[in-house]
Amino acid sequence: MLEIKNLRAGIEGREILKGINLTINKGEIHAIMGPNGSGKSTLAKVLAGHPQYEVTGGEIIYEGRNLLEMAPDERAREGVFMAFQYPIEVPGVSNAQFLRLAYNEKRKHLGEEELDPLEFKDLLKERAKVVEMDASFMTRSVNEGFSGGEKKRNEILQMAVLEPKLAVLDETDSGLDIDALRVVANGVNQLFTPENAIIVVTHYQRLLNYIVPHFVHVLADGLIAREGGKELALELEAKGYDWIRTVDKGAGAPAN
Amino acid sequence: MVTELVKSENSYQAAFRSVRPTLAWLELVRNSAMDRFEQLGFPSVKEEDWKYTNLATLAKEEFVPVTSGSTDVREVEGYPETAETHLVVVDGFLREDLSTKTGLGDVVAIDLFSAAEDARYNKIVRKYLARNAGYHNNGLTALNTAFLQSGVFLWIPKNVKLERPMQITFVADAGANFPRLLVVAEENSSATLIESFVSSHSGKYFTNAVAEIVVKDGAQLEHYRVQRESNNSYHVSTTSAELGRSSRYDTTSINLGAQLSRHDVSVVMDHEGAETAVDGLYMVGSDQHSDTHSVIDHKQPHCTSHQLYKGILDGNGRAVFNGKVFVREGAQKTDAQQTNKNLLLSDKARVDTKPQLEIYADDVKCAHGAAVGQIDPEELFYLEARGIGPELGRSLLTYGFAEEVIGKIKIDSIRTQLDEFVLRQLHTGIVLAAD
Repeated sequence: MLEIKNLRAGIEGREILKGINLTINKGEIHAIMGPNGSGKSTLAKVLAGHPQYEVTGGEIIYEGRNLLEMAPDERAREGVFMAFQYPIEVPGVSNAQFLRLAYNEKRKHLGEEELDPLEFKDLLKERAKVVEMDASFMTRSVNEGFSGGEKKRNEILQMAVLEPKLAVLDETDSGLDIDALRVVANGVNQLFTPENAIIVVTHYQRLLNYIVPHFVHVLADGLIAREGGKELALELEAKGYDWIRTVDKGAGAPAN
Repeated sequence: MVTELVKSENSYQAAFRSVRPTLAWLELVRNSAMDRFEQLGFPSVKEEDWKYTNLATLAKEEFVPVTSGSTDVREVEGYPETAETHLVVVDGFLREDLSTKTGLGDVVAIDLFSAAEDARYNKIVRKYLARNAGYHNNGLTALNTAFLQSGVFLWIPKNVKLERPMQITFVADAGANFPRLLVVAEENSSATLIESFVSSHSGKYFTNAVAEIVVKDGAQLEHYRVQRESNNSYHVSTTSAELGRSSRYDTTSINLGAQLSRHDVSVVMDHEGAETAVDGLYMVGSDQHSDTHSVIDHKQPHCTSHQLYKGILDGNGRAVFNGKVFVREGAQKTDAQQTNKNLLLSDKARVDTKPQLEIYADDVKCAHGAAVGQIDPEELFYLEARGIGPELGRSLLTYGFAEEVIGKIKIDSIRTQLDEFVLRQLHTGIVLAAD
């Protein structure tokens, strides 16, 4: 589904990703871990197409297409979804309006019929159960006045509505208390199918107790320093990230 | 004061003499207003309050004032909510033949001139007419007052609470027209009034409207003003309100039309415990100019004023916002908030904003601010990341910007109308259902 080859990228002329290689197949959950500044969030933002991040080398092939040639909105309509670390507030636009517009833009793109407000309302009501969200959130402006936890749940609600093929969760656990974490993780697990793939970007192992990854990749200084199964996350939890920095680069590092 | 003097006889002076004389005291008012206009003329950019709005072309146009109420207009649509409470004023003349008053209950809505002649109302008219919208310092108000020939007298008697909203549609057809409105909401009454300014065509004309509003002790008035004049017209208007003790006056002014529009809104709180919300939205497209000057005057303690004005400017559109809030000596415990926010959709658009607070009391809660900005790229990216393309995203964010004002409007069909207008202006095919 996704093949990242020797990806180099940065922001404002500063290189952050220094040659990432990563292959993700459908039906897989991958965790990207690493200390602050290792490039985790940069990778997520490059996948989503954030305009401030510049790709300086390598390629990303998504479903056989060059992802880097696709505009962010086209990526989204083709099934790439990033749950934001800091979801943006959109004053004056209700959650329901926003979601219906996004949903219908995708339907149009796929040549499917758009849903009218009533049809969409039913769909939304159904999907909102995934993150146990109350109907009152639908009429409120997108993320405006939402608590940190509510914003993250709202991200997963968007994922539930848009049904991406590839979901990238950028530090979705940050700022969540244990109850909200459980709700969010439970929502993500319900949305995971053999036909899609999920990338969980996180600093802490905590979230991975709930969303259990098939593969763990540890970034350090813009490179994949270590790769393994879910037990690698536990090892990190016990030993911290300093340990990664002192060992040899793992199999994910590019050959120099 | 430096002004452009009116020298040779112009179209206004000529028409003035053709107006049918009526009550002696009204004739005195009209004559003195005409004298004042002749002295003051149209305001000039040399005056501080007119620095950014140039009426020179308007003054040169010499529009011919409409002096009879016989313009051929067959039907004027109002909002569904006002099907039985809809007054129609054409070129400044109240048209009973086009109005529907069956739902007004005890509220009196009649021709301002008839009211002046009617023993039941003449004292009220005489007391309040030309009181809040004085013509001694303002050539435009003077001109409107000089052409007092009809207009609307709206009287909400004591303790009367009218649930359904009332609407006055001012239709402009040609020349210069001078709509005049006097609203008196007596003690503990409550009502909702919508003023709509429209035209039957897209031509060039001049509307000069004055509304005076008296909200007495304990009364409540919700007031909407929707200006959708022809994009080739001139629209200048004054709304002046005085508030009684513990009264409430909420007004929202929507300015969408006219090539050049200017709205002077003032609220005077000379009794304790009055509350007001003075909100507005102006949408200015290419070749349009919209100017709002507001004065909110706290003269007594324990009054509250909240003001939110938002502007959306596209093309080479220009807007002016000047908001003065006075907190007079002794007006303790005043709560005054004033905000003006502008969204520029084009590099050529320009706005001049000047919120001003003058405080002469020490125990008050006051804040004011102004902002001019463009679409936030982070917000736009968020929408793109959900599959909403940049063009549609910009429209959605603009719509959201306007919604802070539109969303507060309590009349469903005004909200729907404005939503449609905003989205149409943004050239999008999106339909956003209210939820």
